[in-house]
Amino acid sequence: MVLGGLPVQPLRPSRGRRPYAAQVVRTSKEPGGRDSGKQVAVGRRVFLGIVALGAAGVAFGAMVQDVVSNAIGSGLGGLLPGGDHFRIYTITSFYPQVSRKDYRLHVSGLVERPTTFTLDDLEAMPSVKLVKNFQCVTGWRVPDVHWEGVLLSDLLDTVGVSAGAVALSFDSYDGADSESLTLDQARLPDVIIAYRMLGAPVTTAHGGPVRLYVAPMFGYKSLKWLSAIRVVDQVEPGFWEMNGYPINGWIDGSTDATDTGRS
Amino acid sequence: MRPTPDEVDRLMVQPRSQVNTRPAIRILRFDRVQRSAHWANALLFGILMTTALPLYFGSLADVVGRRHLIAQIHLWAGIALPFPMVVSLIGPWGARMRRDARRINRWSREEVRWLRTFGLTPMDLDKFSPGQKLNAIFTAGVIVVMLATGAVLQWFRFFPVTWRTGATFVHDVFAFVIFLVVFGHIAYALTHPDSMRSMIKGWVTESWAARHAAAWLKEERPEV
Repeated sequence: MVLGGLPVQPLRPSRGRRPYAAQVVRTSKEPGGRDSGKQVAVGRRVFLGIVALGAAGVAFGAMVQDVVSNAIGSGLGGLLPGGDHFRIYTITSFYPQVSRKDYRLHVSGLVERPTTFTLDDLEAMPSVKLVKNFQCVTGWRVPDVHWEGVLLSDLLDTVGVSAGAVALSFDSYDGADSESLTLDQARLPDVIIAYRMLGAPVTTAHGGPVRLYVAPMFGYKSLKWLSAIRVVDQVEPGFWEMNGYPINGWIDGSTDATDTGRS
Repeated sequence: MRPTPDEVDRLMVQPRSQVNTRPAIRILRFDRVQRSAHWANALLFGILMTTALPLYFGSLADVVGRRHLIAQIHLWAGIALPFPMVVSLIGPWGARMRRDARRINRWSREEVRWLRTFGLTPMDLDKFSPGQKLNAIFTAGVIVVMLATGAVLQWFRFFPVTWRTGATFVHDVFAFVIFLVVFGHIAYALTHPDSMRSMIKGWVTESWAARHAAAWLKEERPEV
């Protein structure tokens, strides 16, 4: 039963040889009846090569991603796997649908003038524009996102913060998410109530019509579908903090729970 | 139209075939342990690939929602991923599995040449063609890489931010390649029903082996 292939095996048992004798020949060989001296461990090499490629990618992937997105622009980079790419996170099974007309932001708690803002109210206030990265705590990052909105600090000045206020609690229209910032953190110059993002009104998927953007912290601090701000006398851990994320999600600093609350 | 040799084979193995009442000789290609390991692994890959889509594509996330639930399914399927392969390789039941693993690892120079010429160099093939061996090696490699990078994403607080970004990059790029390879694998299986049957029922016919795995047939039946 030879089909004309190259005889790899020098001592192939011939037709009519007794089965016992054939087996003796066979057991001295590697699988396939081939001479082990002529074989290469291709499997191990390719396997280790794949693993090494993965390890190199972990070490240098962030750099590669930056080079790629600088070279071809973040628009094209968004199409490539691993490129600039927002992952849409939701806690609930639906997006809260709030029209621009019906949108309200309730500010209450330890404030001198509890106020409900419409979107028009917010847009009438002095606006700030930021071009900053969106960095998720799990690693993905979208560089140079354009943001526009009201400085949270300005909003606090408008309502007037009462004595004894220590922190802010944020609620979402999704009814599940919540966040917190200390008053010092909320006063930072790159913490905004955003109504424009990526050059357009904030989309529903990104938390529109109005979301929080806390530039120096990981993405989970930038609460989506912002519905209310309560000024309170102590930090109330939000949804993600209750699920084990650090209360102070500084991107450039330590993310563990012993964070000093630098501001 | 004349049937191909494979098609004749398939008719012959039907017990009440009109073509030939002599049943073809069957050779075991995958034992029960190997088949179970393959299908358990395939199921986990299926779950991981399905749940990966809405986790990655925002437009799908719009439709599906429930990100936390999907992420949990993805996580646990990932944690389970190494078990089919590891459990089938270790233990007294894994003799054939280990033997085939050695087979997949060690290549003759002819096999390397066969792959370099995309199968145009004629040779007596082993139990697995070099392409099939490459698929198996790839699967083993990406299981390790996806587990390691997935662990960085899940237990991120133990790793610096640049590692997390790098792990996301690797997880995404490898996922893209895995989709290509898995769909290629399924396409080959569907167009090669005799090979696919050996992964479902375990056996191939001797005449199939003579055509597609001649070197292996010599090893299995040296007296032929």
